Amino acid sequence: MNIVTLSSGCCLFATGPLTEPVGVVHYLIVGAILFTAGVVCMALKRNALGVLMGIELVLNGANLNFVAFSSPYLRGPGAATLGLDGQVIALFVILLAAAEAAVALAITLNFYNNHSTVDIDRADDLKG
Amino acid sequence: MGSESMISLSGPVLGPVLAIGLPVAAINWHSVLFLLFATLASIFAVGVVLTDNVVRMALYLVFSLAATAGLFFLAGAEFIGAMQLMIYVGGTLVLLVFGVMLTAQAPFVSIKPSAADRTLAGLAGSSLLVVLLAAALSVDSWQRPGLGEVTAPTATPLGMALLGMRVDGPAAGAATGAVANGYLLPFEIVSIHLLVVLVGAAYLARAKRRRTPRPIDAAASVVSAVSVVEGSERVELPAVVPPRSGSASALVAGGSK
Repeated sequence: MNIVTLSSGCCLFATGPLTEPVGVVHYLIVGAILFTAGVVCMALKRNALGVLMGIELVLNGANLNFVAFSSPYLRGPGAATLGLDGQVIALFVILLAAAEAAVALAITLNFYNNHSTVDIDRADDLKG
Repeated sequence: MGSESMISLSGPVLGPVLAIGLPVAAINWHSVLFLLFATLASIFAVGVVLTDNVVRMALYLVFSLAATAGLFFLAGAEFIGAMQLMIYVGGTLVLLVFGVMLTAQAPFVSIKPSAADRTLAGLAGSSLLVVLLAAALSVDSWQRPGLGEVTAPTATPLGMALLGMRVDGPAAGAATGAVANGYLLPFEIVSIHLLVVLVGAAYLARAKRRRTPRPIDAAASVVSAVSVVEGSERVELPAVVPPRSGSASALVAGGSK
């Protein structure tokens, strides 16, 4: 990994020149942080609703990248963008995340009704 | 934004910045707002991970998603940002908060993972973050600063594209095959998907008999002599059903026919 590149990229956040317009890489860094937070949340939380919140964070991190690559304002002049495709994909991801949250919440409530807990470590009924 | 408006806007508001010595006219307010929203989104996302209280997790997630909507606005995707606010923050998060309220009994508000799990997740998360950052910073063309100016936004290209017609880019004005360039079919698929999923969710989460029986139900279940099996649906047997042997295996065998 190129340490110099990483430090120079992070410099834009810390001391960086607020006089320069932001580019795609800044959005990618924020998206990476959101994605990592979501993955850790999914892996670590024992509350089923916490796992759901991790999924939402992961989807948002990915969405941020789609929007950044579709934006003509974040690329330099002449660079190719995803155009409308990225925005449409982001819109569909938001809609499907809403559907996924509805079904997952229904499953969680069923689990809570049957087991009187939302601790996913107790969901081992199918264990052989 | 013209430089005159920048100066008149920043004069009374940003005295401290002037005192530091930054040339105010040179400050890119797009970048400043980006820094604000990016910091908020990242901090609250990390807060979701670090707290164990599920109510606070939901609150931090609301703030993180709202800040992400601000980032969408700054990237020139106004419609996506508005949908993020309306669907995610206004819909999905309300759903999650209802789930939290329905299940947040005192012992389950904060279920703490073990210290070993925390350490492992921290290691895995930080290594994943390093890999993602290295990938994001490895392409030169992504590092160039953007145009930094936003033309008048409009949702017309997106709306027309969802209807199957493109009014933007090279696909615009194509007399033949213009319908095929839009997103009408994915739009329809998503709408049917949403309908089916919401009907299914309403069916899954429909109101059922309470697990802790009311006194009158408890009396009825005593009369019918149906043993209550932990976590089984068979507690819904009406009182007229002749009593079974009472063992779980007999109940399951009876239910599987």
